[in-house]
Amino acid sequence: MHPLLSEDAGKNMLLLGNEAIVRGALEAGCAVAAAYPGTPSSEIGNNLFFISQEKDSPIYFEFSTNEKVAMEVAAAAAAAGVRSLTCMKHVGMNVASDVLMTLAYVGVKGGMVIITADDPSMHSSQNEQDNRCYARFANLPMLEPTSPAEARDMTVAAFELSEALELPVMVRTTTRTSHVRGPVELKTLPEEVKRKGAFEKDPRRWVPVPAVARIRHKVLLEQIEKAKALSEASSFNILSGNGPLGIVASGVSACYVEDALMELGCADKVSFLRLGFPYPFPRKKIGAFLKDVEKVLVVEELEPFLEEEINLIARDLGIDVQVMGKATGHFSRMYEFDPFMVKRAIADAAGLELERPKRPDLSGIPTLPLRPPVLCKGCPHRETYNAVRDALKELDLEEKAVYPTDIGCYTLGLLPPIQMADYLLCMGSSVGTSAGFSISTDHKIISFIGDSTFFHSGISSLANAFHNRHEFCLVILDNSTTAMTGHQPNPGIEIRPPGYDKPRIPIEDVVRGLGITDIHKVNPYKKKDARSVFKDVLSRGGLSVVIAEAPCILYYRKFGGKK
Amino acid sequence: METKKILFTGVGGQGTLLASRLLGQAAMEAGIPVRVSEVHGMAQRGGVVESTVMLGGLKSPIISQAEADILVSFEPLEALRALGRCSAGSTIITNTVPIVPFTVDLGQAEYPDMDYWLDFMKNNFARVCALDADALAKEAGTTRAVNVVLLGTLISLGEIPVSRQMMEETIRQNVKPKFIDANLKALGLGFERAGC
Repeated sequence: MHPLLSEDAGKNMLLLGNEAIVRGALEAGCAVAAAYPGTPSSEIGNNLFFISQEKDSPIYFEFSTNEKVAMEVAAAAAAAGVRSLTCMKHVGMNVASDVLMTLAYVGVKGGMVIITADDPSMHSSQNEQDNRCYARFANLPMLEPTSPAEARDMTVAAFELSEALELPVMVRTTTRTSHVRGPVELKTLPEEVKRKGAFEKDPRRWVPVPAVARIRHKVLLEQIEKAKALSEASSFNILSGNGPLGIVASGVSACYVEDALMELGCADKVSFLRLGFPYPFPRKKIGAFLKDVEKVLVVEELEPFLEEEINLIARDLGIDVQVMGKATGHFSRMYEFDPFMVKRAIADAAGLELERPKRPDLSGIPTLPLRPPVLCKGCPHRETYNAVRDALKELDLEEKAVYPTDIGCYTLGLLPPIQMADYLLCMGSSVGTSAGFSISTDHKIISFIGDSTFFHSGISSLANAFHNRHEFCLVILDNSTTAMTGHQPNPGIEIRPPGYDKPRIPIEDVVRGLGITDIHKVNPYKKKDARSVFKDVLSRGGLSVVIAEAPCILYYRKFGGKK
Repeated sequence: METKKILFTGVGGQGTLLASRLLGQAAMEAGIPVRVSEVHGMAQRGGVVESTVMLGGLKSPIISQAEADILVSFEPLEALRALGRCSAGSTIITNTVPIVPFTVDLGQAEYPDMDYWLDFMKNNFARVCALDADALAKEAGTTRAVNVVLLGTLISLGEIPVSRQMMEETIRQNVKPKFIDANLKALGLGFERAGC
């Protein structure tokens, strides 16, 4: 049995933040979940996937083709009164945002929880956007845990909030709350889970044509007003200590504040407001807090989300309080924080001496060799890149080549010695940007996309490329899995996790179905053959697709031969 | 309760995450407040893998410059890279077996003279324990147990409130049955033969 299905209520488990979210969903009786993987959210989907494969599993889960689809699957389940969840990395929310903005209008019946896992410092991402802004943008309540135990508690609470307000509720984590382990005391799992609901038709609610949308926008604003009362009263917004210096923080920043106050020995002399339910802003609670302090330090990574609101509240209530944060240079809008950074700012604000432990002189250490991430030894992507380069060399086209790339392991083709990744925006961008380069330059455009990314958002751009007569060669690196995020299945896979019996969609059929005829398959390990196919294709103009087929070697070791 | 900030560092595939997880598990079973942080995703592909174990009620998942109480490095170059996280009062445990990065082969940088830098560590930090953890793991029956050898050494120093017995129990409960004996032996060798 999957460990997160443990019936041992009261037992402590050392869970990852992401695992704690899964346990919370199970304890809350969530019956439908859907996701597209993305670090730092991936372990939520991975665990839900394996749980859903169990006999008599209490939950349906699917890896959807992208975050938009996943959110739609979960939204409909919740509209039918079934508790549902979707999770994604921060940039995945951009893909799903078309759903999100209107889902907020129509709302839900069963509780629906949206997990967004942000990545300050971009450990595994192309940007560090702050998805708390989505809560405000869409007018949806948001919770922000600081620990795995809280991640579980807040997931459960989010389902309840969602049903009380008939709105989806966001739970926002960051890398340092998703990937931290801590003890979680298990609570009981529900004896019965509502797996099936019934959709009650009500076009005046569920079909937001303009006349309906106008009504629903009003309803949304009324609901978020009710949510305000709930955040004002929430036990997730915690006040501790008492003194002229105030601190407001949420998420992992609150952890740094707590440790700093302990290490500086000033926990009881500082007023600390920890906001676990930061949106909608508990304005009254924050206002009362501001009245009791002389100055306030706002500790939050990325955007000045709380800071700007605190400034507004102080102005609206005519409170004379000094607000310190990003605007005052105490903190940066870039990158994640670390404990010392926060401790130093607090010591500064509190007028305390800060002693740093003595460190030996390390100035003599030479420049150390780096260990940048690389494609694995024997990875088929290497061979594909080499075959393309060799073909271009033989055609004397290497100098002219531009390589739009995409998101996956193969983005590492950026690094020497390969260096065949020239332009990247987001999932699927290789195809659309190839179209743009092909019409605006005389370069030879060869772009790369993985199998999972192709299903995620490559297909509609390839239809566009064919229809609008764009000229480039798209190389689809089909390694039969979503490798970068930990080997999740996708519709094209030939090698399958045990028990995975969903129908396969061969990529070749999809491409052919779009009307493209210049289409080839190569085995990148057969170097000579691969090179000659590329040479042939690249010597022509027009739109061509080459599918380089060879399984990810790590994935093959796991599941190869178990078709 | 006294707090301890323990930094694990190594190269992807060496089992640093499992080591921090086992230590976290043992601490939890012993009723010690604990948080463990891990690196997942892109950083794991052959890169440096760092994890932390924070004992005694600390809430922060990561460790700032000069603030590690104990550094456990699975590879000597990585110990050197992580020295900035230590203070003069820190304890350093390091494996002495190098894993040469491919950037050295490409001529981008030289692998440092580790004999010199191990001496430097011994002369400048409170307590330094350098051992051939690969050899001890091999002796225990599996080269994959380097992580558990180093856990044995960490526990032998008596600086953290986790005993050898607790860790043995954790290994019995969390390691696949066929690897339990080798891991228990690896723990014992790391504990007894660290030479520090």
